Amino acid sequence: MSDQHNKEIDQITGVETTGHEWDGLKELNNPAPRWWVWVWVATFVLSVGYWVVYPAWPTAWPFFGSGSMEQTGSVTRTTTGATEGIFGWTQYEELAASQAEITARQAQYLDKFQATTSYDQISQDPELYAFAQAGGKALFKNNCAVCHGSGAEGGVGFPNLNDDDWLWGGTLADIEQTLRYGVRSEHDETRQSLMPSFGKDELLEKEEIEQVVDYVLTLSSDTGADTNLPGAEIFANNCASCHGEKGTGGRDFGAPNLTDSIWLYGGERADVSNTVYFAHAGVMPFWEGKLDEDSIRQLTLYVHSLGGGEGEGAAVPEKVSMEAPAEVPAQTEEEPVVTQEEPVAEEPTSEAAPEAATELNVDAPAEPSVKEGATPEAVSDESADR
Amino acid sequence: MLHHHAKLERKSVIMLLFIIVTVLVGGIVEIIPLFRMETVIEPVKGVRPYTPLELAGYNIYIREGCYNCHSQQIRPLRDEVARYGHYSLAAESMYDHPFQWGSKRTGPELARVGGRYSDDWHVSHLKNPRAVVPESIMPTYAFLLNNQAELNDIGEHMKVLRTVGVPYTDDQIANAYQDGMAQAHTEDLDENVAGLLERHGDKVNARVFDGNPEMVTEMDALIAYLQVLGTMVEFPAAEPVTPDTAPVNQE
Repeated sequence: MSDQHNKEIDQITGVETTGHEWDGLKELNNPAPRWWVWVWVATFVLSVGYWVVYPAWPTAWPFFGSGSMEQTGSVTRTTTGATEGIFGWTQYEELAASQAEITARQAQYLDKFQATTSYDQISQDPELYAFAQAGGKALFKNNCAVCHGSGAEGGVGFPNLNDDDWLWGGTLADIEQTLRYGVRSEHDETRQSLMPSFGKDELLEKEEIEQVVDYVLTLSSDTGADTNLPGAEIFANNCASCHGEKGTGGRDFGAPNLTDSIWLYGGERADVSNTVYFAHAGVMPFWEGKLDEDSIRQLTLYVHSLGGGEGEGAAVPEKVSMEAPAEVPAQTEEEPVVTQEEPVAEEPTSEAAPEAATELNVDAPAEPSVKEGATPEAVSDESADR
Repeated sequence: MLHHHAKLERKSVIMLLFIIVTVLVGGIVEIIPLFRMETVIEPVKGVRPYTPLELAGYNIYIREGCYNCHSQQIRPLRDEVARYGHYSLAAESMYDHPFQWGSKRTGPELARVGGRYSDDWHVSHLKNPRAVVPESIMPTYAFLLNNQAELNDIGEHMKVLRTVGVPYTDDQIANAYQDGMAQAHTEDLDENVAGLLERHGDKVNARVFDGNPEMVTEMDALIAYLQVLGTMVEFPAAEPVTPDTAPVNQE
């Protein structure tokens, strides 16, 4: 602040000082730059504009009115604890708009995807399949990789999804059921089974457990099952009802195949012994209601394609490689020449789609000009513009 | 104008008065709305106060400073809703004192972590995060398995929370200890589970969270808390997120 009583001009700079002195040092009293002051003032004016157009002032004071309940359809919602602003802006509507934007971009694929009634329909349409794969891949990373590993390689207690070994079955229908309802989850429809704790609950003597472990370890050995072992009979009486007479597993009970050297809780002697003694009851959460229907179907297709998928729809259509699907549609914009080399598209109904599909069959993996990270929704704009 | 200010600076009593007025205005704007919370919190069906064991877990969550790296607040932004689920509602943290919204995400957002992973996973992960998530930088919390959950005074915690508006009943407070013990067991292990469900609702998870039925550990408490996060309100997942998606209490 200037001090009018002690106004003093500094000899060297010709600038007024504040009039204060500290050990012979005086402070110059340069005014703030004019432009800065005006910007400062402008922000105040601008803030008034914000109050008018955006939700701003709390109105939860009895004299100024208060929040009210608004009925929209079957849902009640408090409309305000603040002035609403003349734009009527809410973050919920902004979210809805940005989601609608993505849905619109995906519509080209999403509408077709939602219209399909079977996985076969999706598998037979390379473009739709690529769309589902791209979605499934993202969903897997977000929701499944935490337990099953980012490469679906699994871990102790969490099954590897790349191999042919399935606890509850590896067809599309099986995978969907597991995804939807979980295993030993809180869902009413969950897959349910429980291996007895043979040791802890004293169903078998310790020696018997050691004997049956000896036998179980021979099941997956190079020499094959040694039925002369005393454990063979114990196995037949206690384990075979779920794991099968030959120990090949029983999918009705989620009982693992014991002959394939794939171990969920470890295949060392101590591990197997531990499993028989205490038993394991791994839980897979249910995803119905946590993920929407499209997501569950996309995930099913993705998990099925990881390497161990069984039954119908197992074949990856045409030459679509694991990595290609997500990137392929991007080529339609970068390589328009392709359409001339290729025979007429097989499906005259969809516009940009067949080009992507046919090109895909020819040279998709070898193409170096593929944009990284391009997804079907990212290119649907261009396709739609044609 | 500036000269008048110079006068103000020299008269301490007047300065004090002006300071008081300024602070009052700021205070009124910030505090008054709190007296009318009901006008800004959407009433949502399903939100209940934490059970004693969950509350013990919540206390551990705070004690260990989980909020320093994990948020509990899904913002209404497209990417967050796509990754974590429905945006958080004010009502979902209305019984948290203090709330655990957090402001930093070194680790992932946890507002809807409940029910997404199995108890076994949580135990492995808290014991050694690298065992299940190789790239994780989270510290290990294996010691939770060896510590008994602090349930002796959990009823007192509930009493205090009641004074700030959490609607615990006398019955719930009187039975706090045994309800807390019961929740870390299944019905066949603890006869008090039925009472727990009666007092706190059928949807309460009662099971052996840490795999050890012999002792109710801090691991039990923390996992009980984590498994209920974001699961109290049932959102219709298939519908796009709009202001009206949240099912609302009709009371």
